Amino acid sequence: MAKVLMKGNEALAEAAIQAGCRHYFGYPITPQNEVTAYMAKRMPEVGGVFLQAESEVSAINMVYGAGGAGARVMTSTSSPGLSLMQEGISYLAGAQVPCVIVNIMRGGPGLGDIQGAQGDYFQSTKGGGHGDYRLIVLAPSTIQEMADLVQEAFDIADEYRNPVVILGDGMLGQMMEPVDFENIQKRKRDIPEKTWATTGRGNREHRNIINSLYIDPPVLEKYNYQLFEKYAKAEKNEVRYEMINCEDADVILVAYGTIARVAKNVMNIARREGYKVGLIRPISLWPFPKEPFEKTVNTAKAYLTVEMSMGQMVEDVKLAVQFKKPVYFYGRPGGMIPEPSVMLEQIRKIAGGVK
Amino acid sequence: MEERIIFAGFGGQGVLSMGLIITYAGMFEGKNVSWTPSYGPEMRGGTAFCNVTVSDEEVGSPVITEATSVIVMNRPSLDKYESYVISGGKLFINTSLVDKKAERKDIEVYEIPANDIANELGNLKIANMVMLGAFVEATKVVKMETVIKALPEVFGKGKEHLMSINEKALYRGAELIKSLITTKK
Amino acid sequence: MAVVFQKTKGLTDTPFHYCPGCTHGIIHRLVAEVMEELDVLDKAIGVAPVGCAVFAYDYFSCDMQEAAHGRAPAVATGIKRVHPDKIVFTYQGDGDLAAIGTAEIVHAAARGENITVIFVNNANYGMTGGQMAPTTLIGQETLTTPYGRKAEVNGYPIRMSEMLSTLEGVAYIERVAVYDVKHVMQAKKAIKNAFLAQIQKKGFAMVEVLSSCPTNWGMTPVEALNWIKDHMEPYYPLGVYKNTLEEVK
Repeated sequence: MAKVLMKGNEALAEAAIQAGCRHYFGYPITPQNEVTAYMAKRMPEVGGVFLQAESEVSAINMVYGAGGAGARVMTSTSSPGLSLMQEGISYLAGAQVPCVIVNIMRGGPGLGDIQGAQGDYFQSTKGGGHGDYRLIVLAPSTIQEMADLVQEAFDIADEYRNPVVILGDGMLGQMMEPVDFENIQKRKRDIPEKTWATTGRGNREHRNIINSLYIDPPVLEKYNYQLFEKYAKAEKNEVRYEMINCEDADVILVAYGTIARVAKNVMNIARREGYKVGLIRPISLWPFPKEPFEKTVNTAKAYLTVEMSMGQMVEDVKLAVQFKKPVYFYGRPGGMIPEPSVMLEQIRKIAGGVK
Repeated sequence: MEERIIFAGFGGQGVLSMGLIITYAGMFEGKNVSWTPSYGPEMRGGTAFCNVTVSDEEVGSPVITEATSVIVMNRPSLDKYESYVISGGKLFINTSLVDKKAERKDIEVYEIPANDIANELGNLKIANMVMLGAFVEATKVVKMETVIKALPEVFGKGKEHLMSINEKALYRGAELIKSLITTKK
Repeated sequence: MAVVFQKTKGLTDTPFHYCPGCTHGIIHRLVAEVMEELDVLDKAIGVAPVGCAVFAYDYFSCDMQEAAHGRAPAVATGIKRVHPDKIVFTYQGDGDLAAIGTAEIVHAAARGENITVIFVNNANYGMTGGQMAPTTLIGQETLTTPYGRKAEVNGYPIRMSEMLSTLEGVAYIERVAVYDVKHVMQAKKAIKNAFLAQIQKKGFAMVEVLSSCPTNWGMTPVEALNWIKDHMEPYYPLGVYKNTLEEVK
């Protein structure tokens, strides 16, 4: 099979099935409806389960049950739906249930609109649900990368016993690009067996319990420390980013997801104009890639973060740069796309004529 | 080479298919491609459009604000998208349904009576193919034979009986452009 | 020495944390005994609620999951869809099932989800100290209805068994009480039927158990048992509301 032309939503669903996901629970919401439709059609073909839940609240708890029972399980939604899922996500993290959660972001707050946006960065990377926990958050910028990362996400979820979020936006969900499913890029991993899953005791000596309740504070404290040992391991091993033209760059663009594509074009145009511009594209939003900033902070003059929001990731960029160099921001909320011409204008201004 | 194309019209005029055909054809010719549709609560009868990029380089923004070509199948689309064409770009107008002239002087305008030609060919539904044929001939973004190869991908494999009329419509659109260019000379 | 009584294998050795006179203990034991008698302990997966029975995962000797408040039917759905041949049950209170988890229970029942639900109705929120539940009776005093539940303020108590038994997906629903031996025996029979419905793949099964809460009701255990009989039972009539089971000998 050669490359196939697919919508992002369909490609991510197919990638999940190819990753061995046989259980999908979801609730319709634009702009990710193709995922539910695709799963409804494909799951019966591969002997899997597609179930339309009565709400996102219910869907995420079905994910909890199925993940806790040992299945590779996924749900997908868009921003307002992810808000509803936050309770369940906290429990999933607390009970260490692996699963993949796809958020095809749209404009907010509230009902907002249905165009692609990036206003859920904080929600995904900084919590959203209650308590001390972390989710591994991956942000593709092409349909091929969407397919790659979804498959990787299942492996990461199983290795770490943790929910993994695929953070896309309406644009990535709706657009079509060629995908090559035969050459999926993912790491080789040792994925432990799910000896903890509630499968019925059978001949097992002990009971398996999926639970996030530890009523005794010292016990809960210890449990939290254990979770954070796991998160520290993820911070060490699961950082992903792309870095282009940064060695000699005066101005470094920082962008993820859809808008990183635009930023890449702008970088090329600026280079043709004679400006030394580079691009850092975080792929893992948590753990946030600090490394490319450490590598460039002494040589770059400034960073320009571009987001389809009023500025969320820019805070992590500032932390990574540690205020050693100026960090500028340009973004548009509401499902509008930051203009390449404005990005260029900003680059010219920041570079201050330094070519 | 990078072609950034907007196809626009009423829902039901087949504008999403026009875009898809070009996207498949671009992919078959080894180019980088992307196709982005309009989506929203208006499922039928509203305006429909899609953005298609065919490029030798990686595709940047899937949403097009500076189009190298715009194809408008109805009047509201002309009103909305004429300004999207870059200076020196191309605008294709379905004059069967658009009673207004283009205002821009810095672009190439192609006037195609697509519905009338489709009627002549005996099937109003292929007006989009007439338009597409004209577009391919004028821009050469992909080869006509690749376009024809892409048809079954979009219309389904079991619809061979429709293929010949679609091909006919594509070639009629292309001929019209050839004759227009000859007339100009 | 001859063994005259043995604790069911369906329960662990962990002592119950329930208040003196609370009937949760009886209901736990009935569920455990039924699972043992039906020989399904090795393939049972239970879902504990949020409420007084929040530690149920410590007591049942099978695999267990602890759900968020009200979500046990959704969690059970997830488990059952992964393991359709295992026995999946939830154990929920009235706040969990009839207030915050109403959507989950209604839709699990509507789907005919092949699970067993044990619904413990004690007419108040026990764990949080005795607030009004959806099942609190008119006039009943609780922490949040200190002047008694008033219909014009709080509306009317919900009869879940009646409501759910109208749904096509439901295989078995019975309301029972555990205030005397006779009724305890009947409750066990009902619970057994609710598990049999699942074994026979008939669909959704629920047993609503009228239960006591002497601590929050401010009564002695005996007074509390009488209160079930005198006050709850008239509003929540006992009996089978739906039964599609095949005859079992």
